[in-house]
Amino acid sequence: MKKYFSFFRLRLITGLQYRTAALAGMTTQFFWGFMEIMVFHAFYEADPTAYPMTMEATASYVWLQQAFLAFFGAWMFEGEIFDTINNGNLAYELCRPIHIYDMWFVRSVALRLSRALLRCIPILVVAVFLPKSYGLGLPASHYAFMWFLITLMLGLLVMVSLNMLVYVTSLFTISGDGLRILFCSVVEFFSGQIIPLPFFPEKVQRLLELNPFASMGNVPFRIYSGNLAGQEMTRAIVIQVFWLLSLIALGRVIGAGGERKAIIQGG
Amino acid sequence: MRERQLYRADDNMKFNGKRFCDVKNVVSDGERKEICIMKKQKVSGLRLYIHYLSIIFRSAMQYKVSFLLMALGQFLVSFSVFLGVYFMFQRFSNVKGFTYSEVLLCFSIMLMEFSLAEIWARGFDTFPSMIRQGTFDRVLLRPRNEVLQVLGSKFELVRIGKVLQALVMFVYGMTHVEVRWTAAKVLTVVFMLIGGIGLFTGLFMIYAALSFFTLEGLEFMNLFTDGAREYGKYPFGVYGKRMLQLTTFVIPYALVQHYPLLYILDRRDNPFYIFLPLLALWFMIPSYGLWHYGVRKYKSSGS
Repeated sequence: MKKYFSFFRLRLITGLQYRTAALAGMTTQFFWGFMEIMVFHAFYEADPTAYPMTMEATASYVWLQQAFLAFFGAWMFEGEIFDTINNGNLAYELCRPIHIYDMWFVRSVALRLSRALLRCIPILVVAVFLPKSYGLGLPASHYAFMWFLITLMLGLLVMVSLNMLVYVTSLFTISGDGLRILFCSVVEFFSGQIIPLPFFPEKVQRLLELNPFASMGNVPFRIYSGNLAGQEMTRAIVIQVFWLLSLIALGRVIGAGGERKAIIQGG
Repeated sequence: MRERQLYRADDNMKFNGKRFCDVKNVVSDGERKEICIMKKQKVSGLRLYIHYLSIIFRSAMQYKVSFLLMALGQFLVSFSVFLGVYFMFQRFSNVKGFTYSEVLLCFSIMLMEFSLAEIWARGFDTFPSMIRQGTFDRVLLRPRNEVLQVLGSKFELVRIGKVLQALVMFVYGMTHVEVRWTAAKVLTVVFMLIGGIGLFTGLFMIYAALSFFTLEGLEFMNLFTDGAREYGKYPFGVYGKRMLQLTTFVIPYALVQHYPLLYILDRRDNPFYIFLPLLALWFMIPSYGLWHYGVRKYKSSGS
């Protein structure tokens, strides 16, 4: 356990070094968030009755999404892991008395955590002070806030376990570029990063809520503003835990097979 | 979608180390030929550029399956954005008076402008790595215009997937919009494409020029390229008056998008609007100025 913790710590500290990059990223995200909210406002003006969430909840959703971008961005792979597979350094990893799946898992969590830690607070602070319905509202209640934090972490773990599926399947193929692009667009779309899930037609939404992609940003961001509460919230959390466990199990099975089949490249 | 700011699909493609090397080999082969050609001192810039393209094209065609898969990937990336628009309009009938097919028309033209610019100006987009690796020194050593060489260093045909997606949307939007298509309107679309490609090329050039000073690609520039494509799917008038002014006078996106669109949709009938997109080409002047300044200030890095 200790060795995995030190991998975690190492990656976290490395990640925290890129402060200028974080500043540039934050500015960008801030503008993106703002543009996004303008679009939602335009639609809101067109027909407020057709709006599935309150405008405040939507604005909060957008800002949380921007702040915790590093948690749920599907495109954020760890290049080093693919490099390891491609250049044959995988051999060293296999020599170590550690489990590859676990090590890559903690490293990915640490990477995402470090990026989010640097970026989220300034974005959230600025967003709180924006005018109502443009800015980040306060959480619906203490209770909601507590569940927001818990499901945020669960969501992060689900995201990483999905990422892990891509890593372990790369053990079988050398070039997974096509697969990776496909993965990114699917995740972006089905997890509600392009438009929040409540904006889909109701039947589609019901269906989407069952898939693992909805167990990421969708759950915490909607709990925060009270859009997801009561029984529906409990249901969403159960689904989250279910997917987390099954994805990890699946990833480990594929990973174990991959370790046996993996070809060491390079020389 | 906002995340495209960090994620450029191609970053993921770098891992394909093998392919990279091969491409290099082919290019250096071509360079040998190019040197031979240049000795004769008769080749025009255009022919040289076409020669560059044929090298790149031939090397890409060595990996046909990979090419097709990546083009498909490009198609899917923008397809999910389209689905987002589609589902929004399942719920809302219009946004600031623009209907679904009108927005599609706007989105498709913007996407086409962007993707075509991205295909041919990709060399500027990946320019920071050229600076870092010091390969720009080689460019400067050759007796040819450096813009031509940078443009000729990359030509990403896989992005044709995005253009294809834009074409499909354009045809849908065009046939469903309730306007009569006249020669003047077709001309407006052509001008929009020309102006838009010029504008985005200018932006890519600024991105490249900035890396002369920072050595590092600046993430916030994505806001003006990928961001503009993403949010330009709705006419900029949707974002309110202030944003419209900004996108008219500072970075003239609205000139290649909002205003000519109003003409196409019969909301304005002043023929001045037809030529407005060409005005956006002025943006290339300061872009080139900055680039030129950067080249003169350039100090080599890397080995």
